[in-house]
Amino acid sequence: MNDLPQQLANGLLLGALYGLIAIGYTMVYGIVQLLNFAHGEIFMIGGFGALTMWLWMPDGTNLAVALPLMILMAVACSVLVAVGAERFAYRPLRGAPRLAPLITAIGLSIALQQAIWAWYPDATKARPFPEFTGSRIELGSVSIQRGDLYLLIAAPVCMIALGFFVSKTRSGRAMQATSQDPDTAKLMGINTDRIIVMAFAIGGAFAAIAAIAHGLRYGNVDFRMGFIAGLKAFTAAVLGGIGNIYGAMIGGIVLGVAEAMATAYVGNIPGMEQFGGGSWKDVWAFVLLILVLLLRPQGLLGERVSDRA
Amino acid sequence: MTALLQVEDLKVAYGKIEAVKGISFTVQQGEVVTLIGTNGAGKTTTLRTLSGLLKPAGGKIFFDGTPLNGIGAHKVVAMGLAHSPEGRRLFPRLTITENLQLGAFLRKDPDGVQQDINMCYDLFPILGERRKQAAGTLSGGEQQMLAMGRALMSRPKLLMLDEPSMGLSPIMMQKIMETIRELKAQGTTILLVEQNAQAALSIANHGHVMEVGKIVLSGTGEELLHDESVRKAYLGED
Ligand SMILES: Nc1ncnc2c1ncn2[C@@H]1O[C@H](COP(=O)(O)OP(=O)(O)OP(=O)(O)O)[C@@H](O)[C@H]1O
Ligand SMILES: [Mg+2]
Repeated sequence: MNDLPQQLANGLLLGALYGLIAIGYTMVYGIVQLLNFAHGEIFMIGGFGALTMWLWMPDGTNLAVALPLMILMAVACSVLVAVGAERFAYRPLRGAPRLAPLITAIGLSIALQQAIWAWYPDATKARPFPEFTGSRIELGSVSIQRGDLYLLIAAPVCMIALGFFVSKTRSGRAMQATSQDPDTAKLMGINTDRIIVMAFAIGGAFAAIAAIAHGLRYGNVDFRMGFIAGLKAFTAAVLGGIGNIYGAMIGGIVLGVAEAMATAYVGNIPGMEQFGGGSWKDVWAFVLLILVLLLRPQGLLGERVSDRA
Repeated sequence: MTALLQVEDLKVAYGKIEAVKGISFTVQQGEVVTLIGTNGAGKTTTLRTLSGLLKPAGGKIFFDGTPLNGIGAHKVVAMGLAHSPEGRRLFPRLTITENLQLGAFLRKDPDGVQQDINMCYDLFPILGERRKQAAGTLSGGEQQMLAMGRALMSRPKLLMLDEPSMGLSPIMMQKIMETIRELKAQGTTILLVEQNAQAALSIANHGHVMEVGKIVLSGTGEELLHDESVRKAYLGED
């Protein structure tokens, strides 16, 4: 049986999820050269925001009806945390040696995890997330989970909206200018502080949208879920060329597909039997990261960051 | 009449190192004033402070009658002070047109902006021919034209140019200086920083010679051009 199309579809969906989270790393890095390692937790908080909204709904509410409100709540929570982190943790450290914000980011990441663990009811272990019930959806030779339909719609919509925003709007143009040369952007009259806040906010919103996809896909949210997802998304951002928004999505998809392929097929290679299956997929993802860093450190679309003036 | 720009005892420091040690000068409406001086004299530091990128350590700046001290760079442009920085600093991955549009970022009159972009293409036809080209791929001379055009796009009351002739061929340098002369003739007020003292002084109404953070000599362009010490130090004569 040829299950390659199915594996590709799985990889693509997983990759779109990574890509949505990766946008946050790449936008913030592109503008302030900061690796916001708390971004995984901003993603996780979005998941809990959505869950909270779901739990507020009366019993028997249709998930499809609740979804817009869940998205709203998730985005609100993630954006609030992302913008708060910028304002109170990172902004005071602007101009400090690069190690300082990096350590702050790691501290913040742990603090956010612990906050959810300690204060969110019953969050010491994974909390179930609502799922779309019903049979899988058949698309030709491929079938996907019902919940993945959300991701299938959300990812392209988000990317197209972001592409339009960055290239066609006044704020988007200001964002490009700020990422290319912040001091000169100020000389044009651009309030670069506001642009930085905007980058954090957009990254947070995308992470929140991704968190719902994650919840629908895996059926739960967990205070630890930001760690691996964040690392994967960071890998995707580097793969695509950090600082490049399209690169982030492409990097995510490459990573997702590579993971799906490795999970499905590595075990079939003679002599590699013990490296197949899902338990090795994270290893393959990071092997890919190392290979890219060795062979093409600027990432797949990275020329755009390397010719910084 | 009060001066358009009035600088009083301006001091600027990088950490503990004072790069500008108390300078005073004025720029009147419609005139060209030049700051000349050796490398490291503090000329760029002065311009970056005037445009708000650096915070002064002391002294006062008045622009158009309003004190400028410590307000953010993006607000200074709004008041009518444009700065074409040293090294041109274009947005390399944006096109010529997009760079010019960014120069007019704060303007709310799209038609006027388009008109000024066309005027800029009239002034520098080569830019018009390449309007869709990324600024980073332009030659040094073309980049300088674009940098000046971009600074003019905000319709500034005062245009600050930091070494517009840097790294240009003699012909290109001449072209840029001619353009500055033309702008002066049109009534643009300019604060010009230049290594090419000969060219700068022959355009300027007033000049100031800076050395290690201080103004050591001031006069009209003509006076400085004929000053013995200036000729020795900056015009390569002995
Ligand atoms: N970012 C900085 N940090 C520390 N010191 C600086 C910085 N920028 C400039 N300086 C110092 O301040 C002094 C003045 O520099 P500035 O760039 O203003 O000189 P300049 O007159 O523009 O020189 P040039 O003609 O070479 O452009 C120099 O001694 C320089 O080393
Ligand atoms: Mg200089």
